[in-house]
Order: sequence, then C-alpha cells, then structure tokens
Amino acid sequence: MLYFSRWKALSILLTAVIVCAFAAPNFVSPDRVKKWPEWAQRYVVLGLDLQGGSHILLQVDTNDVMDQRLRGLRDDVVKTLREARIVWANPPARKGNAIEVRLREDDKYQTALAKLRDLSQPITNNLVGVTGNRTLDVTEEGGGLVRLAPTEAATNERIRQTIEQSVPIIERRVNAMGLVEPTIQRQGIDRVLVQVPGLGDPQQLIDLIGRTAKMEFRLVNISVPVQQAVQGNVPPDSEVLCETRDQKNTTTLTPPQCEGGTPILVYKQVLVEGSDLTSARSAFDQNNRPAVDFTFNATGTRKFAQVTQENLQRPFAIILDKNVISAPVIQSPILGGSGQITGNFSVESANNLAILLRAGALPAKLTPIEQRVVGPGLGQDSILKGKYASAVGATLVVLFMLVTYGLFGLFANVAVAVNVGMIFGILSLLNATLTLPGIAGIVLTVGIAVDSNVLIYERIREEVRHGRNAISAIDAGFSRALATILDSNITTFIAAAVLFVIGTGPVKGFAVTLGVGILTTLFTAFTLTRLIVAYWVRMIRPQRVPI
Amino acid sequence: MRLLRIVPDDTSFDFIRFRRISFPISAMLSILAIILYFTHGLNFGIDFKGGTLIEVRAKSGQADLGQMRTTIGGLGLGDFQLQQFGGPADVLIRIAAQPGGEAEQQVAVQKVRTALGDSVEILRYEVVGPRVSGELLYTGILGMFAAIAAILCYLWFRFEWQFALGAMIANIHDIVLTLGFMSITQIDFDLTSIAALLTILGYSLNDTVVIYDRIREMLRRYKRMPMTELLNVSINATLSRSIITHVTVAMSLLALLLFGGQAIHSFTATMMFGVVLVGTYTSVFIASPILIYLGVGTNRAQARDEDEPEARPEPAKPAAKPAAKPTAGARR
Repeated sequence: MLYFSRWKALSILLTAVIVCAFAAPNFVSPDRVKKWPEWAQRYVVLGLDLQGGSHILLQVDTNDVMDQRLRGLRDDVVKTLREARIVWANPPARKGNAIEVRLREDDKYQTALAKLRDLSQPITNNLVGVTGNRTLDVTEEGGGLVRLAPTEAATNERIRQTIEQSVPIIERRVNAMGLVEPTIQRQGIDRVLVQVPGLGDPQQLIDLIGRTAKMEFRLVNISVPVQQAVQGNVPPDSEVLCETRDQKNTTTLTPPQCEGGTPILVYKQVLVEGSDLTSARSAFDQNNRPAVDFTFNATGTRKFAQVTQENLQRPFAIILDKNVISAPVIQSPILGGSGQITGNFSVESANNLAILLRAGALPAKLTPIEQRVVGPGLGQDSILKGKYASAVGATLVVLFMLVTYGLFGLFANVAVAVNVGMIFGILSLLNATLTLPGIAGIVLTVGIAVDSNVLIYERIREEVRHGRNAISAIDAGFSRALATILDSNITTFIAAAVLFVIGTGPVKGFAVTLGVGILTTLFTAFTLTRLIVAYWVRMIRPQRVPI
Repeated sequence: MRLLRIVPDDTSFDFIRFRRISFPISAMLSILAIILYFTHGLNFGIDFKGGTLIEVRAKSGQADLGQMRTTIGGLGLGDFQLQQFGGPADVLIRIAAQPGGEAEQQVAVQKVRTALGDSVEILRYEVVGPRVSGELLYTGILGMFAAIAAILCYLWFRFEWQFALGAMIANIHDIVLTLGFMSITQIDFDLTSIAALLTILGYSLNDTVVIYDRIREMLRRYKRMPMTELLNVSINATLSRSIITHVTVAMSLLALLLFGGQAIHSFTATMMFGVVLVGTYTSVFIASPILIYLGVGTNRAQARDEDEPEARPEPAKPAAKPAAKPTAGARR
C-alpha cells in the first residue's frame, strides 16, 4: 500500500495540480482571463441567490390554447360545410372542449360526416414523424349531432408548439432590455424558465414577458352610444373593450365596467394585425410626449392605406391584448405604411411597447407560476457570510486535526486544502453554479474530508495497539480503511445524486458541491494522503507512529 | 507534543447491553415525534404551500412591525406573518396563497410593494403558485423515498440483507426524530429542508456503514466470538473515529450556523441536529445492536474456526462489565 512507482506518484500530483489550476480564472481579473486560451476560461458561476437576480417560471395558459384551437376549429367546420353546400340544423358552436354541429339527417348527412371526419389529420412531429394519433375525435351523438373534440395528443402537441414558438419571442424581448446573460429554457412540456442575473427589480421583465402583446387595429363603432353598449345593447358585430388611462398598468381591464379605464365599443373585425409590423421604436409626438413609431410591411401598408382611405374622420382603435391603447380619428389617409401611436405613455412604457411590437406576439398567454427574486445587495451579503463561515469552519477543523494527530494532522490538512482546490477546479470545469447552500456543501465537505483521514489514522492507531510495527501498521491501516471509506462515501453520494435530480436552484447547487466533494475526497484519500505518508515513511523510516 | 485522545484506547463500553435502555428511549422519542408531527405539524414554507415571501429592510434602520402589520392587514390578502429576520431592520413577510389561481399571487406582491412604498427596500421576494408548490412537495417526497431505496439496494448488494434492513430501520428512526425536531422548533420546512434531510440520511448511513464494515470484517475473522461481544468490539473500535469525525463536522456546521446568515439558518440547524446528534446516536445505539435481532451471524456457531489470524484485539477484554458474557439475544 505504501509503494508508489515514480510515474504513478507523478501522475497523482499532476492530476491534483491540473484540476486545482482550473480554479484559477475565478481568482484573476476577468480582463486578464480573456487573453487566455478559450479552454481555460472556465468559471464557477454564482447562483442567483449569491449575485442577485430573477428566476421566473412561466406556464402556457392551456385554456387560452384551447380557446384558440376551438375558435379555429369552428371556422374550419363552417368553411367545410359551406363549401360542400350542406345546410345545418343548428350552427357549429362550442360546447365544453369541443365543437358541436347538428346536421340535417337527409341524404347529404353521410357526405357531411365524411367531410367533417376529413378535418381530423394524423399528428406528425419532428421527432417520430407520423405518431399514429389524430388531431380530432369526431363522434356522432345521435339525432344528427356531430361532436368534434381535439384529442389530448393534439392539444399537447399544440402546447408544445406554443412553447417552442414562445421561446425565441421571449428571447427577443429579454435581449431588447439589454440584460447581461439571461437564460431562457424550456421546462417540461408547457413551461419556460427565464433566469436573469443581477436584476434588482424584475417588474419590467415581468411586464415584458408576461404579456401576449397581440396588437390589432380595428374600427370604433359609433353607431351605438357606449353607455347603451355597456348596459348590454351590444351589436353582434362589435364588443366592448376598455381604453386604459395609464399605460403603466399592464393588466387587462375587464369590460363592461372597465375599472381604471373607459369603455369603448369596437368592431370585432380586425383590419390590420401586429404581425404585419416590421419595426417599432419609442419616440416623441409633436407635443413632446412619449409615443411609439411603427412601420408596416407591404401587406400591412396596403391594408392600412385602404382602411384609412375608406374611413376618413372615423376613429379607429389600437388594441393591445384586449386593451385599447388609444382611439385616434383618421385625419388623412396613411399611405406610406408608417404611423405613430400616442397614448398615455411614460418613456418606459412607450419603450416597452416598442420592444413588444418588435419581438412579436406570443402565440398564447403565459402566466408566471413561480418567481424568485434576490436583490444584488442581499447576494453580496450572502457571499460575505459564506466566506466568513467557511474560513471559521476550516480554521477550526485544521486546528482540531493538528491537536489530535500532530504531523499526520498536518498531512490531513494538506489533503483537505488540495481537496477544496480540486472542488473549485471541477466546479469551474463544469461551469457549475455555486449557491449559498452550495457553499454550505463545501464547508460540510471539509468536515467530511478529514473523516477519511480520521478513519485511516484511527485504524493505524489500532493496528499499533495490536502489536504491529510502525510501517506494517501504517500499511494495514491504509488498506483496511480504504474499503470502508469507499463504502461509506457511496451512500452519501447516492443521496447527493438524488438531490441533484429532484432539486432546483440553490438545492441543486448543494447537491453538486456535495457530490463533487465526495469524489475529490475519495481521490485525495486513495492517492494523495497515501502518497504523502509513503514519502514520509521512506524518508524517516519511523520506528514508531507519531499518532 | 502529546496528542489529544478523545476516546481512551482501552474503551469498551457495553453498547449492546445498553440497548435495553436505548431502544425504549428511541421508541418513546419516535412516538413523541410522530405525535408532535400530527399535533404541531410542520411549518411548511411557501415552497410546499404556495404563497408569497418578501424580505424587506426598513430604510430607517428599525422596522416598525406593528405599523407594517396594520398596513398589510388593510390589504385584505388573508393570512400573513411578519417575522424579524436577522437584524432589527430586516423583516420577512409571508403571505398565504391567494385564492383564484396563479395570476392572483402576482397581484398580491404588487399590492404589498405599493403599500409599503418607499419606507423599505425589497431584498428578495419569492412567489410560488399553487401548481408549482404541489409539484415540489411531490418530487421532494418522491426523492426522499428514491434515495432510501437506492441506498438500501446498495447496502443489500454490498452486505447481507440484515444489514440493509438494520440500516433502513435506523434511517427511518433518523428521519422521524428530525421531523419531530422540525415540528417542535417550527423551523421552516421547505426545499432546503429536504436537502438537509437527505444529507442527514447520507451521513447517518455513512456512519452506520463504517461500523457495519467493521462488524463484517470481525464476522469473517472471529468465527467463534459471541455476537454481542463482536458487536461491542466493533463499535468500540470505531468509537474514536465516530466521535472525532463528528467533532469536525460539528465544527463546520457550527461555523455555518453562527456566521452563515439567516438564509441557511434552518438548513444548518436541521443538519446539526440530524447529523451530529441523531446520526451518531443511531449508528452506535440503534443500527448496530439491532443486528442481533435481525439474526446476523446466527449460522456461525456451526462454522468451524478456520484460523484466527491474530490474537483477539485488546478492547475485547472487558474492563468493567462483562461484554464477553453472551446475552440471550445473541445465543438465540
């Protein structure tokens, strides 16, 4: 156990030195590290709890996805039946999570049914191609009633697509805020996780990513006074929406009361959509109030020109997420495809709107379901406390080991120091995230790392008591203790692995340092401590063991 | 230089005999912990219950809890708690989950922020919706069981099944007592608590395995030694290590507990209790003695002594109480 070939000894030392060296970039100024080769530029990333920042988990509003799907499906049913010149007994309408249509049970019934069944398509996806599932369940309910319900597989596929489309849009919005290193990831089937380090107040971020930003231009219906409409006399082609007084308020106001806004009657028909915009930027109007300038693409320009020509002197509404931003009167035809939105904007809210319009609308509403925000001050505080606690803990352990084992205690302390260095090296290599519980994990590892030395030394003491001579006792102590060290550390490693799988954020950080700590502990116990003791034995040729 | 000997070399405490006292004590404590769990319950944090947590620092340097209570109480957000957190200026506000779904939670934060206005600085806040909290609780419990199962499989693989079973009983004992501790202190039970519990599990087993390893070694070497004596020798031989290791772990944890700040206070407190107090006690007084009841080494009586390689180790000679005298449990 105590013999090391020269090559073995060298490779052990080299491994330890190289792994420790990977921790170096954390202690050198970033400017200098930038000049190093790329493979060496690896850092321990500070978790959001240490550097401050926002963690926001968003989930697709499944109801919204379903609403859209059913609206589209109803239109499809209407179109299909009309094209086949089939007259229905009752028009298609939504019933629960399905569309129902009552057909006449005449000779065209079977044709109609066949056409409706054709609406159900096989689901394909990028991974497996045709999946064998279909998009719709078409069932006859008797009496000519046909029910078309989207299948679960189809709904899930749609939710998946919604998320897939949302991620780049959210990315564009977050990047437009000019934040440092945001991460935007899909989570599970229906979620997106947005993490932004160093952001003290995430309100703007939430305003930006929590909004669908679906923009529409529609005409205002002035044939019925708004007061009458609010009381329930709404023409079938129109609806009551709310005009917001304050653009900082981003929640959708609820008609017809419109608390915090004014009701306004608009046509349901959408004349031009936000997707026809090519650019938008914040600006100021002639009265020097914040506003948003926008430009349409070719389609949008043509549509907008036509609308403004046909509706001179009539008000039209600019609608964002069911709220009317403003409803100006068309003074002159706008042919150039660019215009300006004015409203009660602040500089910030005008800027936000411009960002939203540029990034595009989300395909469905996303709701924040989890938010964790740490201010930068608190993070700084936590780092200081973590450092201080680590220093105190390490000092106590080092002193205790010296008092208990003397020279061998010093060996143990060297091994622990290398151990901690290697933990940082590996964490840097992995670009792992260090959290406050993660620091606790390192401190705990210091406590545990000496355990392997304690096991070895106690075993040596025991072997000495059994009458072995020094060298034989040391040899036996190592060989017997190492099996125990392996067994006992694997149990803790299993616990750390489970934590890593189930944990998120800070807890995951703890699992990482704990797990890495166990690995480095095993390495130092099996190689480094042995190597040090072996060299000491070779140099001193001890007659008795000094522990 | 004389080195510190925490445990004298010739220690031979009769741990196995002590099981007559330690088992009833453990049973009573476990029952007490379970009763506590059902009467006091755990103080579930927002991770598992949903809701909002806001940590604020009063800009005046001295938080006026009474006034804050009135301010927030006026918002009509249902149950809420205020708690001094660390210094006199820092206050932790907990607001129960709002009825009406995910979006309502956001509204609640906004209301509190507006109400407190400029008098405070918001250090951090967390909002956990009902759906997420449900999932976190589920994965937490699942992870707990997965860890226990995985560790048991490993022990079963490395040792005999009796050892795995003994370790599991010790394990459950650890978790039950720690939960009792969390219930009596009403420490926040959140995601980090699950991490603490799993770590306690890992280290308690770490300890148990060290003793079991020695028992296994002894079983192979001394085929005629009575079980009680064998267990006693094994525990005594590893006692020094158990205590030294726990002193070092306790030192690390103590440093974290005293200087690590409020954010990990409940985490380290739980770990201190679980790893240092319960874990050590369990490995020595529960996990090892229980092997007698599980029938480890019962078929050794017939086995011939191959060759005892060395003289019996010194600690086997009982100092005061006759550890060598086999007890009823060992003879069967």
